[in-house]
Amino acid sequence: MSTKTPVDINLQFSCPTPLPARDTILLGHGSGGKLSAELIRDIFLPAFQNPSLARLDDQAIVNVNGQRLAITTDSFVVKPLFFPGGDIGSLAVHGTINDLAMGGATPMFLSAAFIIEEGFSMDELRRVVNSLRRAAAEAGVHVVTGDTKVVEKGKGDGLFINTTGIGLVPEGVDLSADRARPGDKVLLSGSIGDHGIAILAQREGLEFETTIQSDSAALHALVARMLGVSSNDNPGIRCMRDPTRGGVSSTLNEIAERSQVGIELEESSLPIHEEVRGACELLGLDPLYVANEGKLLAIVAPEAADAVLGAMRGHPLGAEAQIIGTVQIENPGLVTMRTPLGTTRVVDMLAGDQLPRIC
Amino acid sequence: MKYLDEYRDHRIARALAAEIVQATTRPWVLMEICGGQTHTIMRYGIDELLPRNIEIVHGPGCPVCVTPLETVDKAIALALRPDVILVSYGDMLRVPGSHSDLFRAKAQGADVRIAYSPTEAVKIARANPERKVVFLAIGFETTAPANAMAAWQAKREGLANFSMLVSHVLVPPAIRALMVSSSNRVQGFIAPGHVCTVMGCKEYESLVHDFRVPIVVGGFEPVDILEAVLMLVRQLEAGEAKLENQYVRSVSYQGNIPAQEIMAEVFEIADQKWRGIGPIPQSGLRLSSEYAAYDADRVFDLGEITVDEPAECISAQVLQGLKKPTDCPAFGMRCTPENPLGAPMVSSEGACAAYYHYRRHAVAK
Repeated sequence: MSTKTPVDINLQFSCPTPLPARDTILLGHGSGGKLSAELIRDIFLPAFQNPSLARLDDQAIVNVNGQRLAITTDSFVVKPLFFPGGDIGSLAVHGTINDLAMGGATPMFLSAAFIIEEGFSMDELRRVVNSLRRAAAEAGVHVVTGDTKVVEKGKGDGLFINTTGIGLVPEGVDLSADRARPGDKVLLSGSIGDHGIAILAQREGLEFETTIQSDSAALHALVARMLGVSSNDNPGIRCMRDPTRGGVSSTLNEIAERSQVGIELEESSLPIHEEVRGACELLGLDPLYVANEGKLLAIVAPEAADAVLGAMRGHPLGAEAQIIGTVQIENPGLVTMRTPLGTTRVVDMLAGDQLPRIC
Repeated sequence: MKYLDEYRDHRIARALAAEIVQATTRPWVLMEICGGQTHTIMRYGIDELLPRNIEIVHGPGCPVCVTPLETVDKAIALALRPDVILVSYGDMLRVPGSHSDLFRAKAQGADVRIAYSPTEAVKIARANPERKVVFLAIGFETTAPANAMAAWQAKREGLANFSMLVSHVLVPPAIRALMVSSSNRVQGFIAPGHVCTVMGCKEYESLVHDFRVPIVVGGFEPVDILEAVLMLVRQLEAGEAKLENQYVRSVSYQGNIPAQEIMAEVFEIADQKWRGIGPIPQSGLRLSSEYAAYDADRVFDLGEITVDEPAECISAQVLQGLKKPTDCPAFGMRCTPENPLGAPMVSSEGACAAYYHYRRHAVAK
């Protein structure tokens, strides 16, 4: 292609004006990344401040007549409602059970609230409710109360579900994101990115052929097994989290921040299914930021790491468990990763959702 | 992953790095053009593997970063019209315009949709005959054939409600502009593999000839980058200036002829403004007169939007390889991916974002 004489480009500097402060809610505020954290810090925490909330774990633990109750709530707005490996009904059970389980609690009771858009198919609602019932029965929890609201056509996107869960925390169990210590090991229960990619593959405008299934599953039985190998005298597990929205990276960044430690991952030890890697490669996504619904991360004292890892691998939901990193003194608040080339890079928390790249 | 893992193999990478050390006797400044390559360099810490006297500077090949502010403002203005559905690549949504971005426009009620392929936008137009669908067609030669295809398809179907807001840029005129600039320090280029997959290597012959500068067409994996660096260093050390192709598994001398033909049918070469750099003659593509009916700039009366950009961020120097993102006093402080001052901090291919995401620890220490 021919070119005329180019201009000397040195003198032309430009820069966009900084944008005004945020005055509206953006989708990114629901991404589980930095914008979500800002929202909680600036709006919700100041309004409701109390010691249980201040722990900022996946569940609150409250004392009632000497019993430690875990309580959590979660809303489900997944689209499409039905996806390979699950649907909004089973997800609404698994998500809330897992938030209880990450505090070491035994899940017991659930509530289920349905916000339904006018015109929604009765048949689909039946399918969702059946799936929710089945998932709760399989997990051994009871749905003991609920609510129904119908909103006008165009005001609800089909169906939203909220579930609240209550469970009991066994004596001696005390898990929290501020308990990670230098030297601790980071354990991951299995392959990452399956849920997010399974959902993405179904989205309008992106349908691609894949056999990837969502990993949506209730993790409390796996957790019970893990807690079984650490005793009151040797409470090896410091903290557990399920890396849902924002993926492994956001969860570990939160732990690093809360415990004021660094976390260093070993890239080659990350379990990622070949198909997920392929899809991420194609779309320009990093599997570390892709959502999971049936995986957990555990920060474990070094002397207990092998026993806990063994317990995980002995359960079907932890068969592919790996030690993926170590907690360290250096770089407090930061997650880093050793690449296969022996260099180190930061694993940042994203501002909002990951966006597929242009080319 | 088959056909990919070998290009990330640490043994091969380390062996290449050792060869580069051995081959280097003097300092050299090399530039990778493409943001995808910048991303690989930062993600894998390739620069840490190189000898100190090899300096890698990052070029203007981030499509989001060089899209003019005016185009972003126009896209936002169009998106806010109730009769318009604006379809864009995901990367563009967070890029700040003068006062807003497309995400904010979406929050205000604009119908903004993310597409992974421009033909999706045509599909949306087909499905919504009562709305006007505008596709924000940006990018280098890599995205041009697919974008051209969308216009071609719309014309063939006679879709009257489809148009494109075009901001397309071309690599060779940008390299020429960098080379004639009095402040240029670059002694060898890694040319962008994906662009060359479309256009072939042939376009780069005249640059090698006119400026006696070595150019190696390179791929995007760590082994690709290291091999391209080695090829450049060997040429420079031997006093040679040749066009070489490292990315032979994808790039041919002639390129993808059908892709070039569809581009030639739909687009014509035009002067183009680059954000952060300024106007470069004959460095862009616009829809040809036969496709005027699909040109959003002509379909909608958008008027002349001119924007003056104040000079806090140094994206101009960063995009020309004159400065590193970390040379900017605002880096990581007043400029972060959450509150970007410039596009290079937003895009996943932007140099500032790559430094921020992958290398902050090196800065923090």
